[in-house]
Amino acid sequence: MASSNYREIAKQTLWTDNPVIRQILGICSALAVTNLVSNTLVMGIGVSLVTGFSSLTVSALRKIMPTRVRMMAQTLIIAFYVILVDIVLRAFYPDMSKALGPYVGLIITNCIIMGRCEAFAQMNKPLISFYDGFMSGMGYTLVLTAIAIVRELMGFGTILGFPILGDWWTPWTIMVMAPSAFFVLASIIWIAHSITAKKSAASDQTINKGVQASGN
Amino acid sequence: MEISPFVIFFASIFTSNVLLTNFLGMCSYLSISRDLKSSLGLGQAVIFVMTATTVLNYLVYHYILVPYELEYLMYIVFIIVIAAFVQLVEMVLERFLPNLYYTLGIFLPLITVNCAILGVALFMVIREYNLLQSLAYGAGGGIGWTLAILALAGIRQKVDETRLPKGLQGAGFAMIVTGIMALAFIGFSGIISIS
Repeated sequence: MASSNYREIAKQTLWTDNPVIRQILGICSALAVTNLVSNTLVMGIGVSLVTGFSSLTVSALRKIMPTRVRMMAQTLIIAFYVILVDIVLRAFYPDMSKALGPYVGLIITNCIIMGRCEAFAQMNKPLISFYDGFMSGMGYTLVLTAIAIVRELMGFGTILGFPILGDWWTPWTIMVMAPSAFFVLASIIWIAHSITAKKSAASDQTINKGVQASGN
Repeated sequence: MEISPFVIFFASIFTSNVLLTNFLGMCSYLSISRDLKSSLGLGQAVIFVMTATTVLNYLVYHYILVPYELEYLMYIVFIIVIAAFVQLVEMVLERFLPNLYYTLGIFLPLITVNCAILGVALFMVIREYNLLQSLAYGAGGGIGWTLAILALAGIRQKVDETRLPKGLQGAGFAMIVTGIMALAFIGFSGIISIS
């Protein structure tokens, strides 16, 4: 029972209810940090940890937290963890901290975290809330990494700084600039939605067939 | 180098639009842009709150946090200032200007979680703006954001009547339109630049 529950959450957060492509949450940072794969991975880990621990804390406090101040308390809990991430980045990876700029601080207003706290952690046990939050962050990381791979490969001809495409490749400057982020994310959303639309159409047909067969 | 507040004001509307180049405030931008009227309402509220909170946050940062060496509390303090300010405006409007409250009221709570407001405050600290520059940046950022959401809402109203591929409906389409808008705004970048 418990293990299937965990598997179900993983499936939902990574694909069927993926925060970025299905719920269109946390788009701001999804677009801003995806020009390089390394930035994206650091940001993804940061968001996953903050989401996980915020969910854990909110869930642990869920019985003693008055509903009236819930939102404010959640924001403060999230801000606390974001400050931790920020301090760690500044201390150990100053270059990365500079490259991400204000977007580390903007994890606070990332709607994914608040969304998971409200929708899941509010009524579940701490451990599974942590798992749910962390996996949501992973779903976010997955989509961002996909965007970043396309953008870095076409914009610089590299992945994680290693040259992949060689000298013959003419870098597409547009991929480094802002508009391409919109185009690449839109394409990914388009592909994902088309796949689900096809699948649901197929399953509708089988259900219809089943109904007809039983009717006969 | 000292940049004139006027340059910052115009640059933050056109060349460094907070939404189209810094990707701030995307969530409400995508969900509210279905019709022009509510876009305009939200836009006005954003302009007002962004201008006021940027200046407030500037004062709090430079006169309270820096003297006491509490810069690491910046995120928490900024978000509290924004939330408290929005709450205050809501109460004042409800008491004294009920008409305006009914038009803007529903949008105000949304603004607390609008990342553009916090983002502009953080950029102001990182770029080390002075008070006048912060004022210009806050106002310009708000106007630029409103411009972008109005443009998208206008386009979406027209496109709603056409047939799109199934997977592209909704967010996917809005994103592509925004990308084209961002391309168009890059055209302004020869005029002024602040980076």
